[in-house]
Amino acid sequence: MVREPSELAEVAQRTWVIWAGLFALGIGFGVLVTGHGFPWWLAPLMSATMFAGSVEFILVGMLAAGAPLGAVALTTLLVNSRHLFYGLSFPLHLVRGRMRKAYSVFALCDEAYALTANRDPNTLTSGSILWTQFGLHASWALGALSGGVAGAYLLSGLKGMGFVLTALFIVLTMDAYRENPDRIVLGLALGAALVAQVVLPGSMVLLAMSLFAIALIARSKSARPGHVLGDFRA
Amino acid sequence: MPDAGYIAAALASAVAITVTLRAIPFGLKALVRESALVTNLGRWMPLGAVAILATYCVARIGASGVPGEGLGELAGVAVTVGAHIWRRNAVLSIVLGAVVCLVIANVLPS
Repeated sequence: MVREPSELAEVAQRTWVIWAGLFALGIGFGVLVTGHGFPWWLAPLMSATMFAGSVEFILVGMLAAGAPLGAVALTTLLVNSRHLFYGLSFPLHLVRGRMRKAYSVFALCDEAYALTANRDPNTLTSGSILWTQFGLHASWALGALSGGVAGAYLLSGLKGMGFVLTALFIVLTMDAYRENPDRIVLGLALGAALVAQVVLPGSMVLLAMSLFAIALIARSKSARPGHVLGDFRA
Repeated sequence: MPDAGYIAAALASAVAITVTLRAIPFGLKALVRESALVTNLGRWMPLGAVAILATYCVARIGASGVPGEGLGELAGVAVTVGAHIWRRNAVLSIVLGAVVCLVIANVLPS
């Protein structure tokens, strides 16, 4: 029998280090927000409602400068368009209940996608997916709250806190490749990333995901239909 | 501080756009049902997406210009990769890399 507490325990054991990293990054975000002259509650409010780390850091400066709403919207659209590529392979069908599905879509950040989409669906449950997302969400928002309240007194002098996420994506890439050693997919992704880094470093992730998706579409179209269907049935 | 109405409007539009972007692919998937293309994208995208995010993070190392941080992160990457080849324990690899990164970034330069 799988009970709720054991799902939480399993998720916590697997992802606590990411929670710690997001908490620390959240503190940095809270300090940044109050540093721009905003009240302490804005950082946790932004983090709880948007739950999209990188664009929040960018928006703080824009809000402080009173940037036009159109510019805020366009920036959010550009930075977060990479999320368009996540839903296709996120196991939302495993999440039970309309409200829970809605929360799962709302809280589909990079880390939530990376921590679930590469796992064997048989090891995932509705509860484990939701705990994974909620743990990330709570860590990020509580970190922002702590940073907003305690401000510069808290860890803000510490350098390199963001490294946890770098390490996470490296480890997940290695695990995903070991699980499914598809050299073509890895080569196309790395090639797209390198091209995007050279051509448009400011929007590297979005351009890389787009190039990668185009390459995958081309690969899918060029594959023999019978072969693809055979794989799908197996 | 800019006025509260402006902050509320900016935040609301940013939230709406983010949630919409996250929801669109689920709508698309329901629309096309089972197609070979969607199946293939679903199978290939997870590995590629994390590889792109990892490359993004590594390519940004040193971009902050904070002394010692770049060096600490580079060492952290090496330790994380090494530890992961060695033990295949994700938490261990991340913790070891992060500790090395934090020590080098905060202790060594000053």
